[in-house]
Amino acid sequence: MPTAPMFIQAESVSREYRLGETVIRAVDDVSLTVGKGEFLALLGSSGSGKSTLLSLMAGLDRPTSGAIRVRERSLAELEADELARYRRETVGMVFQSFNLLPRMTLEENVELPLRLAEVDRHDRESRVGEALERVRLGARRRHHPSELSGGEQQRGALARALVNRPAILFADEPTGNLDSVNGEQILLLLREIQDSLGMTIIMVTHERPLAERFANRIALLSDGRLVSGGAQG
Amino acid sequence: MKTRDLSELAARNLREAVLRNSLTTLGVAVGVASLVAMLSLGIGLQTLASQRLTRSGLFDAVFVTSQRNFRGPRRPPAADSAHKQESRALDEGVRQQLAKLSSVTEVYPQIRFVTDVRCAGKSETTSVLGLPDSSRSSGAFEGMTGAYFSSPTADEAILQIEFAKVLTDQPPALVGKDLTLRYAQRAALQKSAAGDSSLLENMMGSTMPGGISIVPREKTLRIVGVIESDPSAGIGGFGGARVYLPLRTAEQLQAAQPDDFEAFLSGNPGKPSYMALTVRVHSPKDVPQVETAIKQLGFATFSLLDATKSLRLVFTVFDLFLGLFGSLALTVASLGIMNTLVMAILERRREIGIMKALGATDRDVRSLFFAEAGAMGLLGGFFGVVLGWLIGQALTWGTTIYLHRQNLPGVKISYVPWWLGLGAIGFAIIVSLVAGLYPAARAARLNPVEALRYE
Repeated sequence: MPTAPMFIQAESVSREYRLGETVIRAVDDVSLTVGKGEFLALLGSSGSGKSTLLSLMAGLDRPTSGAIRVRERSLAELEADELARYRRETVGMVFQSFNLLPRMTLEENVELPLRLAEVDRHDRESRVGEALERVRLGARRRHHPSELSGGEQQRGALARALVNRPAILFADEPTGNLDSVNGEQILLLLREIQDSLGMTIIMVTHERPLAERFANRIALLSDGRLVSGGAQG
Repeated sequence: MKTRDLSELAARNLREAVLRNSLTTLGVAVGVASLVAMLSLGIGLQTLASQRLTRSGLFDAVFVTSQRNFRGPRRPPAADSAHKQESRALDEGVRQQLAKLSSVTEVYPQIRFVTDVRCAGKSETTSVLGLPDSSRSSGAFEGMTGAYFSSPTADEAILQIEFAKVLTDQPPALVGKDLTLRYAQRAALQKSAAGDSSLLENMMGSTMPGGISIVPREKTLRIVGVIESDPSAGIGGFGGARVYLPLRTAEQLQAAQPDDFEAFLSGNPGKPSYMALTVRVHSPKDVPQVETAIKQLGFATFSLLDATKSLRLVFTVFDLFLGLFGSLALTVASLGIMNTLVMAILERRREIGIMKALGATDRDVRSLFFAEAGAMGLLGGFFGVVLGWLIGQALTWGTTIYLHRQNLPGVKISYVPWWLGLGAIGFAIIVSLVAGLYPAARAARLNPVEALRYE
């Protein structure tokens, strides 16, 4: 695959947590670049720091040191409201545990980012329908999450992540709570979205076979440090 | 987030924990009801007292007397201007002059005299007072036995019950019966008609123009009512009378009064003057300006305006205390709101994390919690005002039943003006928002990564 234009750049990023007297370095001096339209898999065992690194790049958390640049702009320079806007407009997120709000229907869950982005009601309906059709859940829009299977819930979460048409999709162990068939379906969907929308996808996983099969590149983390795959090939 | 979306999400959140939120809202409603009931009671009692006092004529009246001093017979008034001023007597001309002053509604003299009353085979000496027709609406005659005078010139009388008891053991039985007044009528006596005036001239000097003749008269009146209270306290200015006549009837009697002696000494016995005039004004606030105008005319005045001010102060303090006690319940209710919202943060921690991950700002999260607190305040405030009004109505109802059993007319002791209703709802919303400050700030501060990890 030819080298894609640089889109995300992490420079010597570290994230420390304090537990009493103990300082835990979850991410330790990681430098990483991701090209536009690339599908990067962050691979590592449990506790390797991959989810923490994903949170930092998604703007959910701030690094203790180092800098993360997205489209040449440092996330550290963003105020809290600007960071929220980055999450709302530039980023889509999919979680291992789906994180759909149980008291809302699938349709209302998918509509939530549009409410936060103050999109007109008229546009919302069509965009929600479009996102649900893309993940093939158009017929289940009135159902609550409890009435959906695990695979359907994750597809619903994917529709919610896509509805604001983000430039980057962050997926944190998207297959972690799914069986292999449903897991494969989700990853096929991610590939399809990457191909059709040209979206940049960064996925955290601990399953090397899936990473090797679907991602363009693998960045391997161990004990918070980047072991390999930090730069585009 | 747009206001409509915020409202929809807040309403959805409130519906989710409907029992807990309803109980919290009920707590606010009870707090507001307590506040509204207390204040409506204070306002009701104040209104009742103000109405009664205004109708009594005590606070919208200026009592006018002459500044004339008794100097003894034949002594000329002092030469300086101040003493010239005091020489004016309260006669019919002055009465007409005062009636033309701005804000004055009525001017009437105090016609009061001591007379012998014959009724039911008994003869008693007592004080008679003329009542102006406006006293009909003073409220003093509510609940009396019989009726008020049929006309301003009727030959009718109303007896004070203590005097009626002197006449008979069955005071109500006197209504419809006749009584006879034996009184002294004054009449001007010209110098030429004074008979042997040489003695008087020796006593009073050559300037003595004439005299006063006192003629015994009788007048029969129909008793139309017996009253338990003393209605003359406000209307007559000083109280103490036992038999009441229409003022114009009393004036027509031309009964000799204490100031006739002064008129006699003033050298103008043919022109009747009044001991005092009562000047009624539109409302108590007009009293100061009318009082000033009358003083400028050279008369002494007296009003109970200062007493009204004291009364207002007492009721303001009373309302303040009632409001404070009422607010205590609302304060307790606000703790309930705080507790409910803090619980909601714990329960919805993960949801807050999801919303933040999807791009919600701290302000969005804070606004959502504020909207929920405000909605509980609004609903609680509205139902609280209704509940407070119902409590007030129940108090009025209970009081009226009690008063009716005591043969007294019912009164409205509770009153919820529109501003109290709106103010209480507004206050409930403010208290709720203040109670929501801490939970909302805490929710807004949540770290999304930690919130998403929360199970």
